[in-house]
Amino acid sequence: MSTDMQTPVQGRPIAESRGDRIRRVLSSRFASIFALVIAVLWTIPTAGLFISSLRPEDDIRASGWWTVFTDPSFTLDTYNYVLYSDSQGGGLIRNLVNTIVITIPGVLVPVAFAAMAAYALSWIDFKGRNLLYIAIFALQVVPLQMALIPLLSFFSQGLHIGDLAIMPAWNLSGVNTIVQVWIAHSIFGLPLAIFLLHNFMRELPSDVMEAARIDGASHSQIFRKVVLPLVTPAIASIAIFQFLWVWNDFLVGRTFGGGEATRPLTAVLGDMAGTWGFGWTRLPAAAFIAIIVPLVVFLLLQRYFVRGLLAGSVKG
Amino acid sequence: MSKRRIFCLAAAASAIALAAAACGAPDDEGEDRGAVPDDATDCANYEQYGDLEGETVSILGSIRDTEADEMVEAWSYFESCTGATIDYEGSGEFESDMKVRVDGGNAPDIALFPQPGLMANFAADLKPASDEVSKLATEGWTEDWLNYGTIDGTLYAAPNSSNAKSFIWYSPSFFSDNGYEVPTTWDELIELSDTIAADGVMPWCVGFESGGATGWPGTDWIEDIVLREGTDLYDQWVNHEIPFNDPQIVAAIDKAGTILTNEEYIYNGTDTISSTAFQEAAYPILDGGCAMHRQASFYGAMWPADTNVAEDGDVFAFRFPESNEGDNTMLVGGEFVAAFDDSESTEMVRQFLASELYHNARLQTGPWSTARQGVDPANATTPINQFATEILTDPAVTVRFDGSDLMPGEVGASSFWTGMVQWVDGDKTSQQMADDIEASWP
Repeated sequence: MSTDMQTPVQGRPIAESRGDRIRRVLSSRFASIFALVIAVLWTIPTAGLFISSLRPEDDIRASGWWTVFTDPSFTLDTYNYVLYSDSQGGGLIRNLVNTIVITIPGVLVPVAFAAMAAYALSWIDFKGRNLLYIAIFALQVVPLQMALIPLLSFFSQGLHIGDLAIMPAWNLSGVNTIVQVWIAHSIFGLPLAIFLLHNFMRELPSDVMEAARIDGASHSQIFRKVVLPLVTPAIASIAIFQFLWVWNDFLVGRTFGGGEATRPLTAVLGDMAGTWGFGWTRLPAAAFIAIIVPLVVFLLLQRYFVRGLLAGSVKG
Repeated sequence: MSKRRIFCLAAAASAIALAAAACGAPDDEGEDRGAVPDDATDCANYEQYGDLEGETVSILGSIRDTEADEMVEAWSYFESCTGATIDYEGSGEFESDMKVRVDGGNAPDIALFPQPGLMANFAADLKPASDEVSKLATEGWTEDWLNYGTIDGTLYAAPNSSNAKSFIWYSPSFFSDNGYEVPTTWDELIELSDTIAADGVMPWCVGFESGGATGWPGTDWIEDIVLREGTDLYDQWVNHEIPFNDPQIVAAIDKAGTILTNEEYIYNGTDTISSTAFQEAAYPILDGGCAMHRQASFYGAMWPADTNVAEDGDVFAFRFPESNEGDNTMLVGGEFVAAFDDSESTEMVRQFLASELYHNARLQTGPWSTARQGVDPANATTPINQFATEILTDPAVTVRFDGSDLMPGEVGASSFWTGMVQWVDGDKTSQQMADDIEASWP
């Protein structure tokens, strides 16, 4: 009886591990065809969007994008109008600049703060460290939408307890309100960034830190010379996530921005069709302008994505 | 990131920039713009507003795109003569944007409310009209209009634009070629529909599709019919003094159903109504596919570019016929100019927006209609807007605001819309639809 239990099950090659088996199944011809079909199906809407964006307005109104194969006619007029027209229904180039101006600090600031905070939370010993970490982590549970109105009133009215002003109103207007957008994006991006970076930094071997400390390095030296180079892939992936989030954001930019001067691409995209929705033929071109930058970023940096997805969440 | 990748990124970026720069700025398309109004460009007319150099007034509204450009142009002379800056922002999410901004203490100086009911929600934060604005409003608009700008007996807002909604679009040449007469009563309308159907043409084009607001063109149908059953009934209905499923309302829905659910009448069949985009629904009129389409005066801007919209042209509109002898009613839409700020500059902009000067100028900067007394309808850039402005400024016409904009959002911007769609699709009877809408009334 007991000897039976120890003999390997017949019929399964001993040499093949579970990982090998999965690899074999996933790289079979059938799986490849399946993956190809999924890829094609998922690309069709984007391809349709792209083709539509290049068609003349009347054609978009009259027929579907697939008719282009039998009756091709292309124009760059829609792009031209959408990007450069000085009317309310165009001029996306201004908003493209706005979005870039919002995105760059909106990524750099939270990532820089998150890296420092994550280092402190994982390698500096101080009282209440774990409590603080849990509190930050718990902030992720709070939906952004709940903080919109309080944060907006914090900016526009300041903070008061009774008659005591703790923070005066900021009184920003016009293009200056972009500061509010940066701060809002940083605040909303920090908890997740700190969480992911903290988990990644915790995994660094403590021997390295100890060796650096014995050599007389201060915390700031360890952070800059030892930790940062080691966590670069994690920082890159978090930066990409934050970039995508800020680039695609509609609500924060719209709520905290000050009108035309700071409106991001996404906010204009929503209004582009006009009062009666009659200008919807501009949307394919406008949408394509909005996705092209994230698309390029994704394609160039996609290996960091996968690494970033695994960073901090999986051991080893 | 390797050097090669950075190079790729830079190359891609510069390629986009190059392609973009190569196109250059598009030509200004000003085909519909009228001549610059003489009165409006003369700074002497703006002296009463004083010197507002360096002041900025922010305005938030739901008007976007071309209409917004034309509106901004109409007040650009005010800006250059007084030195004030008007910062306009058009939002497709006006309702939610307003709420967030007011709650967050970041309200715009002036808001253009397309719905009087929504404006009433903000009454606590609004600044009532000053004596000067009230005076301009009383001389400029009929009592019917001012009632919608009044909350609890206090006037808060004067109207901005006005749309005539009780319009039926048709092809004048098609009518005259076949000897059809423009109907003036509901019975004549049905009779005409029968005649057209008998002649082998579908009498009606109907389309309710409008993205997230699909169904709203249908609510206008019901409102038009209820209004013509009696203005008292209409007021009781929108104020919820009678339930939505009152037998008189259900009867009105059934009356609309003699057209909307009639397979003999509807171009392409009733089952296409809810999937036909309202913007393009009336196009078959141009090639004789159907004969009539009920839509507001603003539809004049939605015809294909080469359409001649005039009484002797390709398409024009006649007024929705009355049901009762001697009635003279018009369903309207429009915006109200309400302020969250009482500074000197905001007050002056309010006075300007309520003035004849602005309304005459705006009529000339693009297709628009207004109910401001004293404007010259001939200033309107298109025949349909001249026709609409003539009706809207006629004190003899009884005016009622679009009911779905006066009802609570849960009904007027939700269950009424979906109810209309389910009803024309045949999923619900008129009674079921009215019962369900009544149940959704908060």
